[in-house]
Amino acid sequence: MQITFKLFAGLSQYLPSGSVRNSASIDLEPDETVHQFIHRQKVPSTEVHLVLVNGKYLSDAERMDYVLEAGDTLAIWPPVAGG
Amino acid sequence: MSWTGKILRIDLSAGTCTSEPLNMQWANDYMGQRGLATKYLVEETDPTVDPFSPDNKMIFATGPLTGTIAPTSGRWSVVCKGPLTGAIACSNSGGFFGAELKNAGWDMVIFEGKSASPVYLDMTNDQAELKDASDLWGKSVWETETALRERRGDPDVRVASIGLAGESGVLYAAVVNDMDRAAGRSGVGAVMGSKNLKAVVVRGTVGVKVNDPMAMMKTSNAAKEILAENAVTGEGLPTHGTQILMNVINEVGALPTRNGQDVQFDGAHDIGAEAMAEVRESDGQSNLVSNHACFGCPISCARRSKIDPTHFTVKDKPQYQGVSGGLEYEAAWALGAANGVNDLEALTYANFVCNEQGMDPISLGVTIGAAMDLYHAGAISQEDTGGVALEFGSTEAFVAMVEATARGEGFGKELGQGSRRLCEKYGHPDFSMTVKSQEIAAYDPRGIQGMGLAYATSNRGACHLRGYTVASEVLGIPEKTDPLATEGKAGLVKAFQDATAAVDSSGTCVFTTFALSGEDIAPMVDAACEGDWSVERFVEVGERIWNMERQYNIAAGFTGADDTLPERLLKDAAKTGPAEGSVNRLNEMLPEYYESRGWSASGEPTAETLGRLGL
Repeated sequence: MQITFKLFAGLSQYLPSGSVRNSASIDLEPDETVHQFIHRQKVPSTEVHLVLVNGKYLSDAERMDYVLEAGDTLAIWPPVAGG
Repeated sequence: MSWTGKILRIDLSAGTCTSEPLNMQWANDYMGQRGLATKYLVEETDPTVDPFSPDNKMIFATGPLTGTIAPTSGRWSVVCKGPLTGAIACSNSGGFFGAELKNAGWDMVIFEGKSASPVYLDMTNDQAELKDASDLWGKSVWETETALRERRGDPDVRVASIGLAGESGVLYAAVVNDMDRAAGRSGVGAVMGSKNLKAVVVRGTVGVKVNDPMAMMKTSNAAKEILAENAVTGEGLPTHGTQILMNVINEVGALPTRNGQDVQFDGAHDIGAEAMAEVRESDGQSNLVSNHACFGCPISCARRSKIDPTHFTVKDKPQYQGVSGGLEYEAAWALGAANGVNDLEALTYANFVCNEQGMDPISLGVTIGAAMDLYHAGAISQEDTGGVALEFGSTEAFVAMVEATARGEGFGKELGQGSRRLCEKYGHPDFSMTVKSQEIAAYDPRGIQGMGLAYATSNRGACHLRGYTVASEVLGIPEKTDPLATEGKAGLVKAFQDATAAVDSSGTCVFTTFALSGEDIAPMVDAACEGDWSVERFVEVGERIWNMERQYNIAAGFTGADDTLPERLLKDAAKTGPAEGSVNRLNEMLPEYYESRGWSASGEPTAETLGRLGL
């Protein structure tokens, strides 16, 4: 039961050592929500801004409810923008 | 104040430079830069003019905040009828040239006619003179700027010039200032070349006066504080630059890839901000050297890069081995993902060439992508391409096409005409990823619905900077909307378009709007200028400008039928990602957009709307 976990910009330091291309495969705990997973990975909540599961945006409330499934891709950025 | 109240008019046919007063009524109604210069163009030229005719005019314009202490006050624009599109062209640049022009005492410089031989305009404050540029014709932007700086013997002069692309009529040639800042889109550099104008050199020490200095300091400081404390403008953009978006947009499934065949690129990670910061094995250095700021900018989003000296593109070419302007997101996408090329060093080299010879990397990259599509479909062969196997993803083929276009050689001449003309010539107009003949930007409207409407209705052809709804649809600024929904996008696009037109006319950078609103910017205009500049007036000026540009395009021959998207985006569904199975649903948004604008069902501003806006 693994997901692909991606951290970008200044968050990449919170990925496990040996991660490549800002990505790591990580085991899930039973019925783990996005919020619980982020907390377990020790990513500071103040730096978590843009949260995508399989490319779809999750609001703060949705992160509390969404239970991750095997094969999901969870990608997170701090506040960023461009143009 | 803080308009200088003076315009410099250059008659290139007669060789004269004349000062005249600024039309203050127009300044009050159109603010400056984009709006005010377009007003002059509308009043002084025929919208049906051939863009390369001496009767087309080209205007270098500053805004009322350009050169002031307002944050990001380095902006200036080039306005003319665009040769790529046949529509209004307004290309915005940063760097230091615009502030120098304003500090020399000029709101705008209007170029009209055509010189019989190559010239450059040499300016110091109120002194202006046309000088022979025969020895500079055929030189690059980098060579021209260096030569003119040495000729003046003043390291503080600022130069805006064209390279080989502008001279040879590449339809997306840029005007480049400060070596790597560009008025990039719609071919304004080709219009400059058509007038035999190689460069403008300016030194300004007059200074810029504002109406209420104390209020100017107070409002500017307040804006700077917001920019510094905001996580995006205070940290995200200075640290990572615009390139941080490469992985974001790829993850949301809206990265146009291989000429729009796909919406995700498996090489995206190799060409984004994270890759630019990685240390290379070859020389122990990273591609990214530092960030960089334009005049008066506390954000500093620009990138300075150094190419791996062992890379095949720069080996034995010392002119490309130094530190220069690095990749922005748009350039990296267009030169990379749009062609399936994931070689960061090659993309940086192509970006250097775009700066060196004055080309828009967006249109160049997308046009090469179209050529690769034509090659893939068998519509062109190596006989057409000069022996190059133009396969998607081929770094060598990509680099060969960039160099051929810059030099105007062989198949490069055809690439220099842009995607629409290229695809029509070879029987596949459906391959052209353009709107109103201008190439799309780095957001696929199948995955970000509002951007489809923004592209379709942009007055200068497909463009991300005329209404950047990505801020809301993806980044949640000022509030998050669903990128796959069409509901509410008509109003969102209109609001972004009007606000952007106002910011573009103020002399400041649209990137401030990640943190600032009209409530922060209008007070700076109010402090700088005479009169009462409320937020409401600021936004109304934006709407007036948008409708004026629309009227210009209608008079130039455009209709509502031109407010559309490439067929591929409307008919071929996205194959992967959150938008899998979706096309852009423009037809669900366009009627509501026309209605919200006060336009007829065929897209023409009604008499009531024009009257309300004083048009």
